[in-house]
Amino acid sequence: MAKRESTRPETVISIRDVKKQYKLGQIGGGTLTADLQSWWARIHGREDPNTIVGTDTRLWGTKFMALNGVSFDVYKGEAVGIIGRNGAGKSTLLKILSRITAPTEGEICIKGRVASMLEVGTGFNGEMTGRENIYMNGTILGMTKAEINAKLDEIIEFSECAEFIDTPVKRYSSGMFVKLAFSVAAHLDSEIMVMDEVLAVGDMKFQKKCLGRMSDAANQEGRTVLYVSHNMSTIRQLCDRCIVLDQGRVIYDGDVEKAIALYMDSSNVNVPHYDLVNVGRSTTGAGTRLQLQSLDFLDCEATVFPREKPVRIRIKWYANEAFKGVNLKLNLHRRDSTPIGITHPVDLGPTEPGQVYETTFSLDASMFGEGQYFFYLDMFEGVVGQGVCLDKPNVEFSFEITGTDLLVPQWHVGWGPIHFKPVIVDEQKRI
Amino acid sequence: MEKETQKWTTVIRPHTGWFDINIKEVWDYRDLIMLFVKRNFIVTYKQTILGPLWVVVSPLITSVIFTVVFGGIAQISTEGAPQFLFYMAGNAVWSFFSTCLTGTANTFTNNAGLFGKIYFPRLVQPVSQVLTSLANFGIQFCMFLIFWVYFLFNPSVEGGVVRPNLWILALPFILIMVMAFGLGMGIIVSSLTTKYRDLAVVVGFGVSLWMYATPVVYPMSQLDSSPTLKILVGLNPMTGPVQAYRYALLGCGSVSVGALLYSLVWTAAVLTLGVVLFSRIEKTFMDTV
Repeated sequence: MAKRESTRPETVISIRDVKKQYKLGQIGGGTLTADLQSWWARIHGREDPNTIVGTDTRLWGTKFMALNGVSFDVYKGEAVGIIGRNGAGKSTLLKILSRITAPTEGEICIKGRVASMLEVGTGFNGEMTGRENIYMNGTILGMTKAEINAKLDEIIEFSECAEFIDTPVKRYSSGMFVKLAFSVAAHLDSEIMVMDEVLAVGDMKFQKKCLGRMSDAANQEGRTVLYVSHNMSTIRQLCDRCIVLDQGRVIYDGDVEKAIALYMDSSNVNVPHYDLVNVGRSTTGAGTRLQLQSLDFLDCEATVFPREKPVRIRIKWYANEAFKGVNLKLNLHRRDSTPIGITHPVDLGPTEPGQVYETTFSLDASMFGEGQYFFYLDMFEGVVGQGVCLDKPNVEFSFEITGTDLLVPQWHVGWGPIHFKPVIVDEQKRI
Repeated sequence: MEKETQKWTTVIRPHTGWFDINIKEVWDYRDLIMLFVKRNFIVTYKQTILGPLWVVVSPLITSVIFTVVFGGIAQISTEGAPQFLFYMAGNAVWSFFSTCLTGTANTFTNNAGLFGKIYFPRLVQPVSQVLTSLANFGIQFCMFLIFWVYFLFNPSVEGGVVRPNLWILALPFILIMVMAFGLGMGIIVSSLTTKYRDLAVVVGFGVSLWMYATPVVYPMSQLDSSPTLKILVGLNPMTGPVQAYRYALLGCGSVSVGALLYSLVWTAAVLTLGVVLFSRIEKTFMDTV
């Protein structure tokens, strides 16, 4: 996915100082009589009979700015990611862009049709067949019947639901449902696509297909994509520009990696400290003779490690008896639980009974491709596979590897998780 | 820099004017309107035994009951028309109007989920509701015609006579007016129910009470003894269309151009107010609903 250099970018979305204000507390009395009572009391200077006694009414009616002056331009063919913490205003911005609600102040100018996918399968009706729902969903998203006719076969094929297409969708599995729904959305002709984390649907294979389809739309068909997500790796794959929102303002606009780093920094969601004393163990007896007490990731921001640095981890563990040798290994796997491999065991023994140890170790990160990795910590006695498990907490530790390599500027998911070292050239000669 | 030269397709601004109504956009979404109509049919009648037959069964039963209760027990005159046809005709127009109204009255609250996720001209929804009612009315009208033709050629049956006249040509106009009036009332209610839910309750029984203020189960001549009542019923904008519809098909009662014009003024006013209010509410209703 090479970044596109456009000589003369054409602005397709221009957002100028958009603000959206919400009132805190209750909106109106909910009934006409209550509102009339409140109004009557107000004009007569009496106390509002509809306020709840004992509540602090000072906060009521306080204005809350979900968006507080957001301005930016989006150019044709760009794939822009929007990230930010919960409540940063991402969804509000998308809602305003897709005209579900109006801004309080400011102006947005859009050139071209906008297809907004804040949800997959909007307007799907369980009683109607897959085919009927394609028409329904497509027209809701702004296509005409003729346009759908022209694309029907393509949509059905993409959805992988061809044999069920004339069955009411209420009989579909949830996976089939989202596949069909996404297929309709993916075949929209609109110049601008606005998406709110909808790619997180279906199985892995289908997700990949969707992401591919979206990046094709941006890269090859010159369409503009606005994508909101909490999943940094999809942002990395799809977007070539990223905007970070915080408390209703744009705090960063530009390079994807820098934006993600900033977001990771500003959000304390991935605190790299794990307390393991009270978590479950799946093997019986694990955690009694020896107990892992805590795990910390060191020298990192929110467990993100650049490839050239080792992943540094510190564990605290307690030995209840004297062991001659205690082995430690990491069982690595991917998000979908596909195993990647195990580390060669390292002996941490011998131990004294009743002693707490603190061990710091490093994992060579250069063997990982970009992405998120998970591992279980396994401490055991004896040989791998035949030994006795001493402790293995039921906690998936996760870390993310980012790569900046001149030769491999971007890691493709399809390449798998392992970034092997270069082959060793034994001999080369002119022939 | 080059912004001046660009032509924007959409400009999103905070408070647009009261008369910022985009009817052309609704037309652009006509495919969606038709699909909504189709969906309304499919969803209502799927997995029912009688299916679309319900469209004719319920008015048939209502007409029979009206005939028995108002014609048989209460002995209300039908001005020379066959009782059954008299009630069937009145009931058809009235239920057309009431389904137009009640079908659109909950537009915002019923579709909040859909409206909160996607934009399309919100008027598409009430318009398709009204067209669904029109289609239902069409089916009922066909059934009515069967009985009508039967009574037309068998005038001696049950004593009633059917005297159709040239006013039949005005029927499409009358029906469009009834539809527009129902739509207007419905979207006014739907706009107000985003904030005040009580209105939804009022509409429920209000419409059934309103029927008794309209000459549906009785002819206007029945009110001759009470001038006050006659004036009150005359003020009801639905009186004119119901009277005219029955007069055109059955030749009973009377038709007054004045009453129809009066209804037309109401329709225009209500529909305009409704559309203005609706377009005003649709932009921000997601924040209050």
